[in-house]
Amino acid sequence: MGPNVTETVISCRSVSKIFGPDPVGHLARLKADPQTSSVGYVQAVRDVDLDIQRGEMLVVMGLSGSGKSTLVRCLSRLIEITGGSVTIEGQDIASLSETALIDLRRRKMGMVFQSFGLLPHRTVLDNVAFPLEMRGQDRSTRYARAREMLDLVGLKGREGYFPRELSGGQQQRVGIARSLAIEPDIWFLDEPFSALDPLIRREMQDEFLRLKGLLNKTIIFITHDFDEALRLADRIAIMKDGRIEQCDTPDQIVLHPATEYVAKFTAEIDRARVVRAGSLARPLAAVPEGDATAATLTIRDLARHLVADRRAVIPVADAEGKIIGGMDRQEALDVLLGDAK
Amino acid sequence: MTRPAARSSGMAGLLLALALFLAFGKLLLPEGLIRPPEWLVQPFADWINAAFYFLQNDLGLMALTRAFSDVVEWLLDVTANLLYGKSRWPDIGPIPWIVVAATAFMAGYALKGWRLAALSGGTFVWIALMGQWKWAMETLSVIVVAAPFSVFLGLVMGVLAWRSPRFERILNPILNIAQSLPHFAYMIPVVVFIGVGPKAGAIVTIIFSVPPMIRMTLLGLKRVPEEVIEAGKMAGSTRWQLLSRVRIPTARPEILIGVNQVIMQCLAMVVLASFIGMPGLGQKLLQLLQALKIGLSVEIGVTIVLLAVTLDRLSKAWALRLPEHDEPSARWLHRNRLLVIWLSLCIAGLVLAQFVPYLHEVERKQALSVAGPIDAAMDQVIRVIAPVTAWLRWFLITWVLIPMRDAYLWLPFTAVLALLAAVGWAIGGLRSALICLGYFGLIALSGWWDRAMITVYMVNISVLIAALIGLPLGIWAARNPPRAARILLICDTAQTFPSFIYLIPVIMLFGVNDVAVVAAVVVFAAVPIVRYTIEGLSNVPPELIEAAEMSGATRRQTLWHVRLPMALPTMLVGANQSVMFSLFMVIIAAFIGTQDLGQEMQRALSSTDVGKGLVLGFAVAVMGLMTDHLITRWSEDRKRALGF
Repeated sequence: MGPNVTETVISCRSVSKIFGPDPVGHLARLKADPQTSSVGYVQAVRDVDLDIQRGEMLVVMGLSGSGKSTLVRCLSRLIEITGGSVTIEGQDIASLSETALIDLRRRKMGMVFQSFGLLPHRTVLDNVAFPLEMRGQDRSTRYARAREMLDLVGLKGREGYFPRELSGGQQQRVGIARSLAIEPDIWFLDEPFSALDPLIRREMQDEFLRLKGLLNKTIIFITHDFDEALRLADRIAIMKDGRIEQCDTPDQIVLHPATEYVAKFTAEIDRARVVRAGSLARPLAAVPEGDATAATLTIRDLARHLVADRRAVIPVADAEGKIIGGMDRQEALDVLLGDAK
Repeated sequence: MTRPAARSSGMAGLLLALALFLAFGKLLLPEGLIRPPEWLVQPFADWINAAFYFLQNDLGLMALTRAFSDVVEWLLDVTANLLYGKSRWPDIGPIPWIVVAATAFMAGYALKGWRLAALSGGTFVWIALMGQWKWAMETLSVIVVAAPFSVFLGLVMGVLAWRSPRFERILNPILNIAQSLPHFAYMIPVVVFIGVGPKAGAIVTIIFSVPPMIRMTLLGLKRVPEEVIEAGKMAGSTRWQLLSRVRIPTARPEILIGVNQVIMQCLAMVVLASFIGMPGLGQKLLQLLQALKIGLSVEIGVTIVLLAVTLDRLSKAWALRLPEHDEPSARWLHRNRLLVIWLSLCIAGLVLAQFVPYLHEVERKQALSVAGPIDAAMDQVIRVIAPVTAWLRWFLITWVLIPMRDAYLWLPFTAVLALLAAVGWAIGGLRSALICLGYFGLIALSGWWDRAMITVYMVNISVLIAALIGLPLGIWAARNPPRAARILLICDTAQTFPSFIYLIPVIMLFGVNDVAVVAAVVVFAAVPIVRYTIEGLSNVPPELIEAAEMSGATRRQTLWHVRLPMALPTMLVGANQSVMFSLFMVIIAAFIGTQDLGQEMQRALSSTDVGKGLVLGFAVAVMGLMTDHLITRWSEDRKRALGF
């Protein structure tokens, strides 16, 4: 899975963020002696290593207080990190001057916020055009672009409204349109749908998947909702107490949880909806006869087929039709029936 | 951590015992413990005068203030020409009153709708028809100049305080003192630097009304949601863009509430600035009150009240107005219809005024006046209630006021200090005890102990009576929500009146004496008590009341055991305001003839004695600050105890 040519866009090396009176000193003390008391300090992010590829969609998952929002703010340098380094396209962002950082944000980054972060005194159109205004684009170009963005998120006709006159879902559409106005390469979404009710949330997730298909962007998406993570992610990073417990594809997380904590998370999940044929495929000595099944289909998608097919090993083929291995039918049925180990 | 209650109350008890011992052992005390001895009194006034002399003459500050006041004077001349036709540049005034009234009407309509339009338009029609146009415009021209200055200064200083925490730390205590200084304390230095007249009135108004603007700007900037700022940063805003296009516009509601407060402070000050020769409604009212012309002063009073309510409602409506979208298909004419209507009304007014002079200017002899009937009616009323008021006056003076005043003056100052320390200790431990001692110690050192005790007694008795009236009224009003809303509206409206206004009815009823002062202060001080009692009681969480009802509590039990304890922190805020208001009012009422700090302050004002005036002002301020400290501390402890 993932893009064929991998190019790291964002790279974190032992990133730490500590809040408190003397964060840098405290980090040094912790390095010297991990037993140092942390009273009066909050270690929001601890020693995170992470590489994000171009075009990848990484979901950062964790309960509230696990440091996921802080981590994403470290990536965009909305907050300064205490230790380690963050590089974006090979450039250490901590070393950027204020002007260079502003320029980077104006050209490359967009962000969507949990409670929308819209400017209450500006119309929808002016909110979406805001980043373009900051770049100093003239009025007619920025309005044209903003209208285009509003069309894209389905808010045509609401240009003159003020944020308070819109529903939560509509406000978040404005937030999304604003974050896309400058055509960013890197798109941060900080729990974008958490403030919405379940029905609207579902609708917005579909909308998001549609947009994601249209635009080829590197996406860092934060959520505390595991179902949402499974639904949207290429890779999931699960955070606890500021550390990344595991960072892997959804089916690997479900099939091979790295820690107790991750296992607890995945316990309630219907694996058949997550695990794909590809991840059950093992190398084959000899290719079995008959039709191969597509690697991207989930076990749930294959349920009928699995029950009907009598072969012990079912061949699995990738998108080009090349056989990549064989899936053990019994193992697949175990996943389907929920009694896999 | 909880403070060791037992030990602290023990210490408070000890101090209380000391206070009682000093009071009852007065006969045994040496003179030095009864009145602050000569050697203790410091010549603060001389020090301040020396400092001012240095500022004024050696530092050349005079030139700077003169330059600033010249700018203000030029602006005052322009507005004076436009509003009431003073012969100065641009020499096009006065604008016909009908045009001003139409403008006020349209402003009200645009901001809130028909009712506000009727109020604001009607106010100006009343002013014109009553023949008070020139006075009202004299007053208004100062506000028109002073308010923008204050708003601008407050905005700049608020932003600076927000940018630099160190500046905020320096500014905060200054603002605290500034907001506890009585109006007169501001006037004396201004008279020294600028002289008397409209210019001085405008400048004292500017200085007086800046503090709330600074506070509200700072508050607004701090309240901007973090995500909005982050969104601005992610959009690639520079710091300046972030401040000017994200933070300040998002803080708009708080900033506009600040503007509202500035305008109301300006009006209150402008009216009082009549004491330093500021012409206008205030001066007229002062003259009429001094001549005891009740009917005419009622007319002016109504005008001031109408003006206050109009200005308050207009600026509040502006602050609270939520943005609304236009239909996308709307034409230019439709979108700007209010502007077009206003312009056509103005043109129509200008043309009409050319042909009908009455609509341009109402001559004094054409003016309506209800003073005669009011005087007659008042005579009737007073004749009817005179026995009651006379008895009340006699009773209060002989049995309450004079004994209390004598008691306060009789108390040895050491006993008062020990008592305050005891109260401080009981509420906030050692720190509060020291704060109380420090503040009142300063009064003892200033040499104005006796005068200060008279002020203290007037404030105490007034707040006590105000609480006796205000608490039951508040509790009664909070019993049913529509009634609570009505009473709150009355309180809000009453709070917008400049304090001066409260003197008219009391002088009418009681004449010129201490009872009138106390009555004015009581009314003024009861308003915040009623208001915060209602607010505190109405905001008790309903599930608590339901829980009490389900436990079988009667209404009285619910009130005593659930609602009042829960409402106490809010009610304490009301008590705090009440004390502040009565301090200010007692000082203002001094011109009726009290023998307290206020009277001395008036003397300092007429002899332009900056040192004395400021010492007296600070003496009043420390009383306010001490009360504020104690009540805030208590209220916060209660809040914490209740888990808010």
